[in-house]
Amino acid sequence: MKKTNMKINVHHLTRVEGHGNIHVTVRNGKLIDAEWQVVETPRFFEAILRGKPHDLAPTLTSRICGICSIGHTLASLRAVERAMQVKVPKTAQLLRLLAKHGETLQSHILHLFFLAAPDLLNVESVIPLTKSHPEVVGIAVRLKGLGNNMCDLIAGRTTHPVSLVVGGLSKSPDKKLLEALKNTIQERLCDLEATVEFFKKLAIPDFVRETEFVSLKGKTNYPWIGGDLVSTDGVVKTEDDYLAMTNEYNVDFSTSKFTKLSRKSFAAGALARFNNNHKYLCQQAKKTANTLGLLPVNHNPYMNNIAQLVESLHVMVESIEIIDKLLDSNLQNICSRYEIKAGEGVGAIEVPRGILYHHYKIGKKGTIAKANCIIPTTQNNGNIHYDLPELVTQQIKLGKSDKEITKLCEMLVRAYDPCISCSVH
Amino acid sequence: MKYLGIDPKKVRIGVFDFTGCEGCELQLANKEDSLLDFLSLLEVVNFREVSSDQRQDYDIALVEGNISRKDEVERIAEIRAKAKVLVAMGSCACFGGVNFQKNRFPLSDVVKEVYGKHTVETDKVKRIGDVVKVDLEIPGCPVSKSEVERIVVNIVTGAEIKIPKYPVCVECKQKLNTCVVDLGQICLGPVSRAGCDAVCPTGKTGCLGCRGPAEDANYDSLKQVLMDKGHTESEIVERLRFYGGFNGIVD
Repeated sequence: MKKTNMKINVHHLTRVEGHGNIHVTVRNGKLIDAEWQVVETPRFFEAILRGKPHDLAPTLTSRICGICSIGHTLASLRAVERAMQVKVPKTAQLLRLLAKHGETLQSHILHLFFLAAPDLLNVESVIPLTKSHPEVVGIAVRLKGLGNNMCDLIAGRTTHPVSLVVGGLSKSPDKKLLEALKNTIQERLCDLEATVEFFKKLAIPDFVRETEFVSLKGKTNYPWIGGDLVSTDGVVKTEDDYLAMTNEYNVDFSTSKFTKLSRKSFAAGALARFNNNHKYLCQQAKKTANTLGLLPVNHNPYMNNIAQLVESLHVMVESIEIIDKLLDSNLQNICSRYEIKAGEGVGAIEVPRGILYHHYKIGKKGTIAKANCIIPTTQNNGNIHYDLPELVTQQIKLGKSDKEITKLCEMLVRAYDPCISCSVH
Repeated sequence: MKYLGIDPKKVRIGVFDFTGCEGCELQLANKEDSLLDFLSLLEVVNFREVSSDQRQDYDIALVEGNISRKDEVERIAEIRAKAKVLVAMGSCACFGGVNFQKNRFPLSDVVKEVYGKHTVETDKVKRIGDVVKVDLEIPGCPVSKSEVERIVVNIVTGAEIKIPKYPVCVECKQKLNTCVVDLGQICLGPVSRAGCDAVCPTGKTGCLGCRGPAEDANYDSLKQVLMDKGHTESEIVERLRFYGGFNGIVD
């Protein structure tokens, strides 16, 4: 092997949400250390939640994240509603899922085009692409706009939603607007096909480190809201048993915690959902996954980008079906009355970057006594951290330069689409 | 023509984030209809969340989040030294935001609650203006994307910058909404600064005052109206505390 000395110090990695550093040291061709360091400043949401009225918890915790605030709101609502045994009307459940699909679409498209694609096209950001690839940026802007419009129509706003409340929704959308939204989604499917063609031509790095993938477990559908938890290593647990599925621990070099299950690390996110639940994808999404070379169980973390693309198609198709059901429903019954009582509840939601848990203990007057939130990126920290040494070692063997390896390390972290502020909530 | 010391040419802009959710800066990428036109007015030279270009020659710094650790104090001081105009973007940057609620607890207590015995460095949450001079504040949780675009365009073109001083009720009435107070909710719309297009009451949920106080707000009267409807003082105070915009009015 070539004797190599290398020091990679990426301070505040760009094109990710939040602040993280990559450190790698190689001496005489031997890897000395490789670390994924989250240096984000903590905000202590779990401490702030204590004493808050339960109905303000979703509003407060949506501020954990600027990208997946609808996901946080839904996890918070589910925890509160399960604690107080609130029954959410079926129509409200469909509306919430539609808002979530909007968020998944806007978040995946943001990541694919704005954060990941610049690496694959060797530019610093999406901005030069507005000149070199205007048609591609046009697709990105239209699809992201569609995702945001879905969120705006159902939840009142994309970032920090306003009409998702305990018991259901505070406001129902106009059926004419739902019909129009359905037509727009149908029109935009060709943009998604063009996105598939575009990504088909790009070279996704080839790297495999076998790991465990954790997600919700589908029963009849590709899962998004609540239900059992599953891993590719065969672990199955109930939603309430989420602590045994995450096993959070602290490390000295990160303000975000780490997690583990059957191995020293596991992964959550689009690839984990795909690996566990691919059979529940719609036909078009299954076909697209095949076309793009994504087959379960896939252990290449860079393929998370492709899994996001497959899921983007799936949520668009499923959103059309949801809207059809809503158009046949009475949209007046969208919020249940409930009785305030003491209780404890867990809410597990598949948000764009993986499975998110909120867990509250609520006192008899309806105030939060204790809270715990476990974030997808927290669950991915360990996997990123243990991918890095393996990636660097493999690339040194292939004789790659410092610059090439640095770029691959950055791309690796980006492939997980980390939401770092969220993970240091 | 100069405005706030800047030539109205292609202005170089930097976007920076501190303790917060990065939701405000994301709004800049969220205005799909006008995004490309907006970008054509500017040269984005530093925006870590979306670009690997990190130049230091920015005229305008848009700053999001709070200051809650020593390294952030140093970083914001450097940005202040380089920027001709520093804009505090969002409720966290302007007056504390939800993160400010941490200051209601002892630091040792919040660290123990979240990290147990593990130690992490953290400080009381500060506004950007507590640490460096701020030239302009755009409140909101998140900021309204059209307001940020309008203000940046006004800085670039030298036009006057106006942020509404009237209350949210004005915008809410313009939208012909049913008053959510009449629906039995607590709404801070009568005392909160407009500019959000009354997005929360339009979604049938009460305003929590994320843009801070309106001019000449009559708190006593609002409190009386809400208490007459059966809400308790502590419920009202809890909401006034939510975004930190009414610090000084409530403890």
